Amino acid sequence: MAYLVSHPDEVKVVSKRFGQGAADLDRYLELDGYKAVQKALELGADGIINEMKASNMRGRGGAGFPTGMKWSFVPKESAKPKYVLCNGDESEPGTCKDRLIFEHDPHSVIEGAMIAAIAVGSHDAYIYIRGEYRYLLEIMQKAIADAYARGFCGKNIFGSGYDLNVYWHGGAGAYEVGEESALMESLEGKRGVPRIRPPFPAVVGLWGGPTVINNAETLASVPHIILMGGKQYAEIGVERNGGTRLFSLSGHLAKPGVYELPLGYSLRKAIYEVGGGIADGRELKAVVPGGSSVPCLRPEEIDIALDFDSMMKAGTFLGSGGIVCINDQTCIVKFALRTIQFYRHESCGWCIPCREGTDWLSKSLKRFHAGGGVAKDIDNIRYLAENMLGRTFCPLGDAAAMPIIGFVKKFREEFEAHLDGRPCPYGQHAAPNALPVLSH
Amino acid sequence: MKFSEQLEARYSDMITHYPAKRSLLVPFLLYIQDEFGYVTDDSIEEVARRLEITPLEVRNVISYYSMLRVKPGGKYNVQVCTNICCLLRGGEEMLAHARNKLGVAVNKGITPDGVFSVEEVECIGACSWAPAMQVNYDFHENLTPEKIDQILDEYRQKAAQQ
Repeated sequence: MAYLVSHPDEVKVVSKRFGQGAADLDRYLELDGYKAVQKALELGADGIINEMKASNMRGRGGAGFPTGMKWSFVPKESAKPKYVLCNGDESEPGTCKDRLIFEHDPHSVIEGAMIAAIAVGSHDAYIYIRGEYRYLLEIMQKAIADAYARGFCGKNIFGSGYDLNVYWHGGAGAYEVGEESALMESLEGKRGVPRIRPPFPAVVGLWGGPTVINNAETLASVPHIILMGGKQYAEIGVERNGGTRLFSLSGHLAKPGVYELPLGYSLRKAIYEVGGGIADGRELKAVVPGGSSVPCLRPEEIDIALDFDSMMKAGTFLGSGGIVCINDQTCIVKFALRTIQFYRHESCGWCIPCREGTDWLSKSLKRFHAGGGVAKDIDNIRYLAENMLGRTFCPLGDAAAMPIIGFVKKFREEFEAHLDGRPCPYGQHAAPNALPVLSH
Repeated sequence: MKFSEQLEARYSDMITHYPAKRSLLVPFLLYIQDEFGYVTDDSIEEVARRLEITPLEVRNVISYYSMLRVKPGGKYNVQVCTNICCLLRGGEEMLAHARNKLGVAVNKGITPDGVFSVEEVECIGACSWAPAMQVNYDFHENLTPEKIDQILDEYRQKAAQQ
């Protein structure tokens, strides 16, 4: 059970139906459900794509690619069937937003996937939900069955002559499967090892057919965009960054939770007003602003806008919208170590820079944190991480390297404080011999 | 080997979802695990036969996904997250507490009565409600040591009643 919170600065679009019982189809219909897909059928493929382009919607999974443009890359004519794939493999540490969508508004994902399918001329949409989210998969299974029972999915939807099937699919525990080509491999019943690109999924995707892959939040936003019009949605956000998104606020905040804020909202306000500031009267030491894969920011760097472009200008990324706040009692070396241990565990081992890089970084940071570091380790850690950048099949290698580079760059003094066999200055959190060791 | 009626129904439904039947493999293996407690050798052979792939290919897939196991776990698998957001809010202490309480020192170790196993897991998507754990598929969030005691006691009682 995911908890709901609210703040006056929120602009509720995708979260509009949260807490309203919209998992029930009748309730969803009362709340404008399945109106957008009917409008989409009238608009036709080009009309939908134009609205999406006008909305300035950028993918909510993390990369921030313009959704309308992504859909326009799918060839109109294709010898092979085309597919829509909803990425509900939410597993970026710091991110827990899709859970709320699946729990409170599963039909919006179905409807969004249907609109995407109409836009690209596909007749089959798959909704992939991570294995750990079994209760959400069950909610989705029921929602799909209910939609079929009313004739909203299947043959001749809404009397349009258009056939559209929607299927559920479940994962079984793998972060990397959140990467789009690995997601397709997983859906095809294989190990989630990424595919080399080009060809891109829009041309050669699932079972060789052109495929559109969108994050669950992106698709859940689509019906709202179609109903209100792309232009109006764009106006909620800022230039080139339309609309709102769900931010998962976590870590040492007084009021952690998932909040829907317009793009361009201030990071400082997100932390100190929406999130209630740092708990227990402590100070902010660092913030990881877009899920565990992005470089951290120092407290003096948080006067920036939460949109894809401003964050990139500040040397980090908006990513998945997971904002992790770290207080002044936390050891950054320990935090970096735990971050890299995650990527080491999740690396599929397919390409060497990622497989070896995450392992070496993990070993180096573990030794370093335990007091076994020497001065040149600090540069070596950074050098190792920098040599992973851009040298792997999929972005997991970059995702592992970027935060580590950020920690070394921005908190070098914390690394230096561990030198010469000195114990960790934050010993109460991290006596080296008491650290539980990841054995998997 | 025989699957339960429920599992057969699941199979017949899922096989209609895809243009290539192998595609049902990952979610179906998890349903097999739910039925038998783990993915048994027999069921690997059976799935391979049905999907017309080799048992080795099935094992190759199993080894990739962290939720799938080929050995029994506890009836209730306690999965404590220690990833960054849980770490900041005491995830490691929660893991240590669960292990100490159940007397299960080793990762994935099982209590002698077979009721519990404890596993340290990566992010389960409960970051805003950390620290968190899953017992089988059930989420338990905003944990404290006292809350863990209470939750585990409830599962123990549930196991005793069955």
